[in-house]
Amino acid sequence: MALPELKQTTTEARLASLSMNESGCLAAARRAALSRVQTMGLPDRRDEYWKYTRPDTLTSAEAPKAAVLDSDEAPMFDQFDRLKIVFVDGVFDAAASDDLTLEGVSIERLADIEGKDIHWAKEIFGVLEARGQSPVERPLAALNTAFAADGVVIHVTGKPSKPINLVYRHESDSSDAMLHHVIKVESGAEATVLENGPAASRFNTAMEIDVADTGTLHLVRAQGRDHERRAATHMFARLGRESVFKSFTLTVNGVLTRNEAIVEFLGDDAVAHIAGACVGDGDFHHDDTVFITHDAVNCESRQVFKKVLRNGAIGVFQGKILVKAGAQKTDGYQISQSLLLDDDSQFLAKPELEIYADDVACSHGSTSGAIDEEGLFYLRSRGVPEAEATDLMTLAFLAEAVEEIDSPDIAVSINDRLYGWLARRS
Amino acid sequence: MLEIKNLHVKLEEEDKQILKGVNLTVEAGKVHAIMGPNGSGKSTLSYVLSGKDGYEVTEGSASLLGEELLELEPEERAALGVFLAFQYPVEIPGVGNMTFLRTAVNAQRKARGEEELSASDFLKHVREKAKELKIDAEMLKRPVNVGFSGGEKKRNEILQMAMLEPKMCILDETDSGLDVDAMKLVADGVNALRDEGRGFLVITHYQRLLDHIKPDVVHIMADGRIIKTGGPELALEVENNGYADILAEVA
Ligand SMILES: Nc1ncnc2c1ncn2[C@@H]1O[C@H](COP(=O)(O)OP(=O)(O)O)[C@@H](O)[C@H]1O
Ligand SMILES: [Mg+2]
Repeated sequence: MALPELKQTTTEARLASLSMNESGCLAAARRAALSRVQTMGLPDRRDEYWKYTRPDTLTSAEAPKAAVLDSDEAPMFDQFDRLKIVFVDGVFDAAASDDLTLEGVSIERLADIEGKDIHWAKEIFGVLEARGQSPVERPLAALNTAFAADGVVIHVTGKPSKPINLVYRHESDSSDAMLHHVIKVESGAEATVLENGPAASRFNTAMEIDVADTGTLHLVRAQGRDHERRAATHMFARLGRESVFKSFTLTVNGVLTRNEAIVEFLGDDAVAHIAGACVGDGDFHHDDTVFITHDAVNCESRQVFKKVLRNGAIGVFQGKILVKAGAQKTDGYQISQSLLLDDDSQFLAKPELEIYADDVACSHGSTSGAIDEEGLFYLRSRGVPEAEATDLMTLAFLAEAVEEIDSPDIAVSINDRLYGWLARRS
Repeated sequence: MLEIKNLHVKLEEEDKQILKGVNLTVEAGKVHAIMGPNGSGKSTLSYVLSGKDGYEVTEGSASLLGEELLELEPEERAALGVFLAFQYPVEIPGVGNMTFLRTAVNAQRKARGEEELSASDFLKHVREKAKELKIDAEMLKRPVNVGFSGGEKKRNEILQMAMLEPKMCILDETDSGLDVDAMKLVADGVNALRDEGRGFLVITHYQRLLDHIKPDVVHIMADGRIIKTGGPELALEVENNGYADILAEVA
């Protein structure tokens, strides 16, 4: 079927600006992804899935420029003992990175596995992304599979002693980057992956995560402060029996961020928590789009998304829980809330449940509101100045999402960032 | 200490006059009680004194230790020494009780130009006070008033009062919903704070509380005015005969 003309033109123009690596063991997966992009076409504003977020600056052939942030604030996670893997404007920087050897995990640069035949990665690379194209299309993720030239493949076979930290640095105001990461957590293995920093002026990252039976993965992302950046991220997770996957994303400012999380339960008794806290000021648009498919028995999914918006910032949440026939005893929870600090800001939410099993407990709720005046007065009547009381209430509002982080140290570092953002109030 | 003169208050949103000329002076070291039928304006008076939005003062004034209160922000009034124990303490999910108390204590100290309390001094102090009020450590960790029973909320108000050491304590029906034991704890907490330099305004429906917190002066409020003032015996009269006689007498 031919694509509508606008879509066709946009897609062709974007594809013409890119070149694909046709060699190596991933070439077939890349070609397949390219043909998915050609069939689906890149998103445009007429697509239902992009109703609340305009994709044009994410799909244009040229990336809009984005100023590099000049700040003395230390990068996130700097205080932690971790294995650091640095990408500058989307390119691996060996000199800035740590040695990639760590017990319990093997880490390779995506660009380096081309010549090797890492069969486990071939079973995931482009595979989870392709699975995630149905029932809803995610063309930007397929574009990423086809063209991302860099990234890491992480194979967790034990319990590494420290987190693996993907650090993104933005140095060029016109960089346009794609990164593709693959993570496999073996049975009984457990790891924490941290991601932080603005990767480029415009970036598109995809992460495919396969957690085998009884494996555990913690993922904490901090999307930095570079205000002009535009980002589309996709996280595809496939979960085995009794596995655990917990992800938390902090987003501080950014003109356009679309974070998609696609989670599929294939083994019984697994747990997935997907949480996010974002704070935006002014010319800010943040979109969390989540799709959770329960296709196994007795799995628990939990989505907790909180957004603080002021000065005309826009927050979007599209979250779906799909419970397939036979996925009995599913426990699905979804909450998306926004705190609007003024009348100019907006929260657009589309929570959805689609359930084909009869013995399930699913709940969802979405709210949008101003700061609780009664609470504010209570704090002030005890002597807490208005600004400080507002901050306390704001952090309290975000707390339910931040509490989804298992590590208290990491949670504290996230709260510090949120405090910093509040303290910079205009 | 607290001087209220001819205070007239209406609702900001509607044309409804609630306080219609309240005159009241509370001297340092004294306990004044206000009794009165539901809807007479007792809570409104306490809110207006502590600075809640939604009310408009159309006439009159209120001052604490010579400082005009009504123009000040709630936090400024608190720093001056106004404290209201709420009739309905507010739940604040996500804010830990301890964080809240410490922020409040230090904010007031800062506003008064005093040094902030160190974490350990604060902790020691709060534990001591909490113990006296039979507030356990678990309750201090929980979010402010969330999931607290009625009695726990009221004891938490008294704990805040004990920590903040205000000059003027206003208690709005702190006894309502309390069983005898809880009421005794609350009364003991209040009595422990009785001091030459501190005034109390105790709003209550019942003589019961006044058996434990002995008032120096009792006022009866009805329809936005203080209609009668007397000694502790006035509270007993209300207890025995209700408000009907007093209302008839002044009508
Ligand atoms: N915010 C408000 N909105 C509407 N009516 C109010 C409000 N506050 C007080 N009132 C009214 O003012 C009167 C006095 O109320 P209140 O001060 O609570 O009395 P009390 O504490 O003596 O029972 C009542 O008629 C009450 O309904
Ligand atoms: Mg009342």
